Amino acid sequence: MTHFLPEGTVKIAAQNLGVFYGEKQALHAINLDIRAGEVTALIGPSGCGKSTFLRCINRMNDMVDGARVEGSLTLDGNDIYDRGIDVVQLRARVGMVFQKPNPFPKSIYDNVAYGPRIHGMAKDQTELDEIVMNSLEKAGLLGEVEDRLSESGTSLSGGQQQRLCIARAIAVSPEIILMDEPCSALDPIATAKVEELIDELRENFTIVIVTHSMQQAARVSQRTAFFHLGKVVEMGDTEQIFTNPQHTLTQGYITGRFG
Amino acid sequence: MTDHTVKSYDEELAHLTGIIARMGGLAEAQFTSALHSLVKRDDELASRVVAGDQRIDEMDHEVQSFAVRLLALRQPMAADLRLIVSAMNISGEIERVADYAANLAKRALILNHLPASVPVAGVARLAELVRSVLKDILDAYIERDVEKAIRVWSRDEEVDAMYNGVFKELIDRMTEDSGAITASTHLLFIAKNIERIGDHATNIAETLHFQIVGTPPQGERPKGNTVGVPQ
Repeated sequence: MTHFLPEGTVKIAAQNLGVFYGEKQALHAINLDIRAGEVTALIGPSGCGKSTFLRCINRMNDMVDGARVEGSLTLDGNDIYDRGIDVVQLRARVGMVFQKPNPFPKSIYDNVAYGPRIHGMAKDQTELDEIVMNSLEKAGLLGEVEDRLSESGTSLSGGQQQRLCIARAIAVSPEIILMDEPCSALDPIATAKVEELIDELRENFTIVIVTHSMQQAARVSQRTAFFHLGKVVEMGDTEQIFTNPQHTLTQGYITGRFG
Repeated sequence: MTDHTVKSYDEELAHLTGIIARMGGLAEAQFTSALHSLVKRDDELASRVVAGDQRIDEMDHEVQSFAVRLLALRQPMAADLRLIVSAMNISGEIERVADYAANLAKRALILNHLPASVPVAGVARLAELVRSVLKDILDAYIERDVEKAIRVWSRDEEVDAMYNGVFKELIDRMTEDSGAITASTHLLFIAKNIERIGDHATNIAETLHFQIVGTPPQGERPKGNTVGVPQ
């Protein structure tokens, strides 16, 4: 794999990134570095722009009418919004897991095989089987589903469905995984399993996670960025943000004093 | 700082710091009474100090268990987290201060029944200094005054210097008059315990600095020599 960068190298860099939805400006001059091999948590109140930022990274905002981006956002130094960028290829490099588990109404096997098939990643059935098993293994789901791979993905429990979506995301060997509140629909046990998984995935992927759970951000991430009204108020090592934030807005938000 | 969205959380934090404020006041009073019982040779007062220590121990337990409850139920962050962790720490320091006050009273009970052959003025002066340091740090806690905490922190050297003076006086006394050895030795322990109270005040200052600012005080604390030997 050539995309492996030493831990700590800047993987994604935003410089003066601004995003508009029609007249409304959702992000103002964001300057933010996301480092390879780390989990970066984006926190902030609803409507602060954290999900908008997340969705810029794989150009999901392209699908929103009237959305416009200014400034620069780079992946390994290349502009994500360059005209020459193939968005389908970009999304293969930048996978995404959503708030609500959204498996396809297909078998467990086909859910995971879907991406590798459309990207032509396997030359034969044996290779495809390998990718599927590997991805399920990495997502910590293989043991629970290996004897029922032909059953529908939707027959799994919520927590299993979410790990199936993670397996589906990693099946195309992305470099980055974006997670938009991946545990908000899960019970504490399923949440713990996903968090444990995030920690393991960090070895092979760069992860950016949006979460409303302060404890979750504190538990899973190495770096945390606090967003407020479309701006990054503070970014730092997670430990520092949660024990000794430098900005009063950050302090107010994480201690539950937001006015 | 503005209030929490959940009001009962504010009340709980205020309850926690309230116990510490009362505990600090009580420990200060215990120390003062212990000192009076020594200077005025008052057995009754000394006995009351010895008995009063239990109340402070109970308050320390109250702080520890209430803080654990807050940690579990509120999952505090940042300044709240530092306040709660510091409360546990400071409560422990105050409990130690009270222990030393009780020990002073116990020794006063013994000294009161020995001939008044050794003057206690030196020890009383040291105690007066440490009492003002202790009062300042407890005020700083209540007022969340980090400047005051730093001033207390840097005053420990003064305490150490005076302790060394008292130490030397008592040794001289024992050298001159072997009949004064018992009383002088008790006074020596008392002086050491008072100096320790000063150390605990310094520890509270450090914890308070962390609570308010998020880091321990910067730089090396000015330290005197506390082994009683001139440097």
